[in-house]
Amino acid sequence: MAKESTFLNMSVTLFAVCLIASAILGGVYAVTKEPIAAAQLAKINGAIGGVVPEFDNAPSDEKFDVEVNGKKSVIYPAKKGGEIVGYAVEASTSNGFGGNITLMVGFNPDGSIVKTSVISHAETPGLGAKITDSESHFVTQFEGKNPADPNFKMIVKKDGGDVDAITASTITSRAFCDAVNNAYLAFCEANKNNVQVEETTPAEEAAEVETTNASEEAQK
Amino acid sequence: MGKLSLITKGIIKENPTFVLVLGMCPTLGTTTSAINGMGMGLATTFVLILSNMVISAIAPLIPSKVKIPSYIVVIAALVTVLQFLMQAYVPALYATLGLFIPLIVVNCIVLGRAEAFACKNSVVDSALDGIGIGLGFTCSLTVIGFVRELLGGLSVFGTKLVEGDGMLAFVLAPGAFLVLGYLMVLFNKAKK
Repeated sequence: MAKESTFLNMSVTLFAVCLIASAILGGVYAVTKEPIAAAQLAKINGAIGGVVPEFDNAPSDEKFDVEVNGKKSVIYPAKKGGEIVGYAVEASTSNGFGGNITLMVGFNPDGSIVKTSVISHAETPGLGAKITDSESHFVTQFEGKNPADPNFKMIVKKDGGDVDAITASTITSRAFCDAVNNAYLAFCEANKNNVQVEETTPAEEAAEVETTNASEEAQK
Repeated sequence: MGKLSLITKGIIKENPTFVLVLGMCPTLGTTTSAINGMGMGLATTFVLILSNMVISAIAPLIPSKVKIPSYIVVIAALVTVLQFLMQAYVPALYATLGLFIPLIVVNCIVLGRAEAFACKNSVVDSALDGIGIGLGFTCSLTVIGFVRELLGGLSVFGTKLVEGDGMLAFVLAPGAFLVLGYLMVLFNKAKK
């Protein structure tokens, strides 16, 4: 059975237990650090591969951060033979039903959406978690759409937009649109700064107008 | 007591969910689908076996007034180790359960078994007790998850049986309480 407690033996025991526990944790952390980083990189690369047209560079080596309205997004440029064929944008929103939703959104250079993929979410299984089903109508309805297109308002129909929300998951659907929109704003910001894009298509002009509006809002 | 009964008692006679009613937080929170319930149960089992073994080994050395703090440090360290390992080697499972893994630290079952069993019994017996209680917890969570998934999402282990939406309430929190209550009644009726 347990020993009699004295101040000395209590302090010594707690010190020893904590010391051993931290030593073990430090050891395991050191061992698993690289596999964890590799697993996360593999996940990011898998998501990029799924949302942009075919590319031959390593987008995760050329990534850069963009901040719009105080929200940070990561941009992964996809290139083929040195030409930009699309951007994968990792963006998130905190408006989900269960907290943060992080998406990878692929854009063509003209700003239209190629595909989207969910990186992480905490939505209710069977309801909001349907956003992970890449075949569902909710997810596919974004494909090929350009957020700058006046005929496609990227808000759910309930709020007067053009997006069909998931039944019984309006909050999640709203958050999804919000995240795609954040990705789009980041894409515009990146495109504006990117000297490699010289030709400006009408869509991009519209996009730039929207970015200027966004930055004006940020200044206010 | 035979070694085998140490395992079976955790599944039926002292089933942590339906009889001891311990660890309700993960029970209600993670059982939205059968596979989530099972994953949570197995992760808890892993921690439970190791914590029972470590605690039964160090219990004679710990002064009684600092028992609980020492046990909590041991359990928290084990859970963090599990979290690192899952993140590194089974990232897909970690993605589904990640949120609930840290909750194992405050799971009453783990601390409860440390206090009620491990600190008074041998390392081997404590390990068997951990396996038994862990399996009991896993089975209960899987069954609750199965029922909720079936009624709420009309699917079994992620496979859709019928198109359409089930009774959505069962996927949400109220459904967890309802299913738990009814299953508890059925379990205790069947046990007698």
